[in-house]
Amino acid sequence: MHELSIALSIAEIAAEAAARQEARVVAVHLKLGVLAGVENEALVAAWELARERTTLVGAALVIEDLPAWGTCARCVPHQAEIHALDQWSCARCGAVLDDIQGGRELEIAALEVEA
Amino acid sequence: MIAQTRLVEVRQNVLKHNDTVARALRERFEQAGVYVVSLVSSPGSGKTTFLEETLKRLRDRFRVAALVGDLATENDAARLARAEVPVRQITTGTVCHLDAEMVEKALAQWELPALDFLFIENVGNLVCPATFDLGEAFRLVLFSTAEGEDKPLKYPTIFHTADLAVITKLDLATAVEFDATAAHQSIQQVRPGMPVLEVSAKRGQGMPEWIALLEQRRSNISRSRPVGEHRE
Repeated sequence: MHELSIALSIAEIAAEAAARQEARVVAVHLKLGVLAGVENEALVAAWELARERTTLVGAALVIEDLPAWGTCARCVPHQAEIHALDQWSCARCGAVLDDIQGGRELEIAALEVEA
Repeated sequence: MIAQTRLVEVRQNVLKHNDTVARALRERFEQAGVYVVSLVSSPGSGKTTFLEETLKRLRDRFRVAALVGDLATENDAARLARAEVPVRQITTGTVCHLDAEMVEKALAQWELPALDFLFIENVGNLVCPATFDLGEAFRLVLFSTAEGEDKPLKYPTIFHTADLAVITKLDLATAVEFDATAAHQSIQQVRPGMPVLEVSAKRGQGMPEWIALLEQRRSNISRSRPVGEHRE
């Protein structure tokens, strides 16, 4: 259960970015890869606590889940999504993928502020 | 009426702080010529016994030390101290993983160039440690023959952050009807090409291979510094 420390980091970074804005923050937009090791629902629950006593009280956490993907030597295009994390193979042709290109993202993409 | 909103781009990595500290640590380790190995596993997989045996096998030829993360007790550090090498405890309280800053703090006043190997034992947990880079050169994920062959399938993320899988407690394999083929299959399924070692720290099986691998990894990176010269 490390989602609380992640949520606190998000609050800290987002509050810093929010301080540069005049407008009220309505939501924090986060990109979350399935391999980041962070549970979506636990993070949202932790966010409710983390945003307290910051300027982000009332701001929602909007999470965009990103898939894991790698490079498939056989398929064109080479970009291959991975559908099951316990089956590290190309969802199209079943070939074994030997690298991971995406899925570890844990990034604050944007602040949504009142216009 | 729905209020109008607009998006202000931030694009900042949430783990930026940890990653920055970890990168600085990695540079320090490289400059000091110390090879840093971290260990992750679930509780009870035999991490501490494996590490104790590793320290004992290295200590006569190399200068070795260990950092041990534990939630509340200092039992692991006390056990490792039996290997008669410097051991420091990081008590994490309720935190379920080590992060780079904890490692940095624990290393304060530690003379890194005086070491050849440093081992970092993470908190027993196969989930949370996956997220945090500690600046290590090499990461092991361990699981025991008693835990079930499908462990990798249940925790694929941690297998993706590790460089080597170690199957421990080989001495129990027969008693628990361990299916080695299934275990290797599940590792390859989540991480094709991942190297695997099977060991019994208690009986010594697989340990010489592990020690040889460590020495080789270290000599690949080490600079012109003489190795293991001034052990007290």
